[in-house]
Amino acid sequence: MIALLKRDLMLALRAGGGFGLSLAFFLIFATLVPFGVGPQTGVLATIAPGILWLGALLACLLSLDRIFQLDWEDGTLDLIATSPVPLEGLAAIKALAHWLTTGLPLVVAAPVLGVLLNLPGAAYPWLVASLLLGTPALSAIGTFGAALTVGIKRGGLLLSLLVLPLYMPTLIFGALCVVRGAAGQEALTPLLLVAGITLGSLAILPFAAAAALRVNLR
Amino acid sequence: MSLRVENLACARGPAQILAGVTFAVAPGEALILRGANGAGKTTLLRTLAGLTPPLAGTITAAPDAIAYAAHADGLKAQLSVAENLAFWAGAFGQGDIGPAVEAFHLGPLLDRRAGEMSAGQKRRLSLARLLVTGRPIWCLDEPTVSLDAENVARFAAAVTAHLAAGGSAVIATHIDLGLPAAQTFDITPFVAKRIRADDPFAEAMG
Repeated sequence: MIALLKRDLMLALRAGGGFGLSLAFFLIFATLVPFGVGPQTGVLATIAPGILWLGALLACLLSLDRIFQLDWEDGTLDLIATSPVPLEGLAAIKALAHWLTTGLPLVVAAPVLGVLLNLPGAAYPWLVASLLLGTPALSAIGTFGAALTVGIKRGGLLLSLLVLPLYMPTLIFGALCVVRGAAGQEALTPLLLVAGITLGSLAILPFAAAAALRVNLR
Repeated sequence: MSLRVENLACARGPAQILAGVTFAVAPGEALILRGANGAGKTTLLRTLAGLTPPLAGTITAAPDAIAYAAHADGLKAQLSVAENLAFWAGAFGQGDIGPAVEAFHLGPLLDRRAGEMSAGQKRRLSLARLLVTGRPIWCLDEPTVSLDAENVARFAAAVTAHLAAGGSAVIATHIDLGLPAAQTFDITPFVAKRIRADDPFAEAMG
């Protein structure tokens, strides 16, 4: 399984691996917002938590269809399924690799974009904490969606339709945590809820993803 | 390490393809699968590999004994030959890729990216993967596609060495590999194509 993680990270970092794609999307998305809503600092400060969370979520979505599709197309997925690596482990490793190459860079970039969007100073710790705890859930849910749609030609759109509704709870509590942090209110409760969603997703979804893969490999 | 298959019925998607397949392969023995295009050789091999559950019948083999090689090479274009092999060796818990490199004469290509190789070279790398799985039963689907005569001989030598070491192989191929201890198994009598009765989509498929 460590070999698998190493290979996935290596592939992501090589040319054409897609590392940085999500990050670049996130940067452009957050930069475009002031052009769309105007430069009033008050307005930007109000919407910044929602925009940053939404941007991170859409950036995550962008790279989901690569998780299993590439391995399926070149036959690697069949061969991994016959190897000693259990499919549950494969799903967990894929989610971890996706988070390391997509989620983690987003967490690091978010405070910089917060400055750009005039996010109030008190909100930064909550922004980083909520993204750090919430993005693993996005990767785990996305891996499940990718497992459901593997083998479907151009399944990326279907994948988005399946996954976006499942992202809703994470988005609601993640953004709420930052909003409350920005207003100086108690923000620990939504943060704990985000952590709960992540833990639940990590515990259950690798098994669901493995079941979906088994059906799709037949 | 023997492989026994009894009364096996295999399906691909909603359709049953084969029924009543029975054979046994003893250690040191190879089974050459014959059958027309589309007869169901790939379906049988995928069922043996555990990718598709059998509709009926039993497959008796030690757990984790089967190594499968499909039509697709399963290589990562961005990784070098050595990196591809090292990944599979790691996934199967084996260390040394040396013998695999030697058997398929991949030494001069070690640093070449898989994406920059010819079809035959990719096939050699894909077959070398079998040696790093450390598994005794090889299930191979048209392994010699795009190999030249010299490399077909290399492949035959690798299979012979594998058999001599007590392994076994089930190989779907149309050419004569000249293997010792090879029995030929024609799947044509077992072809039994029909839409599965228990399939929820059976009615819709007509």
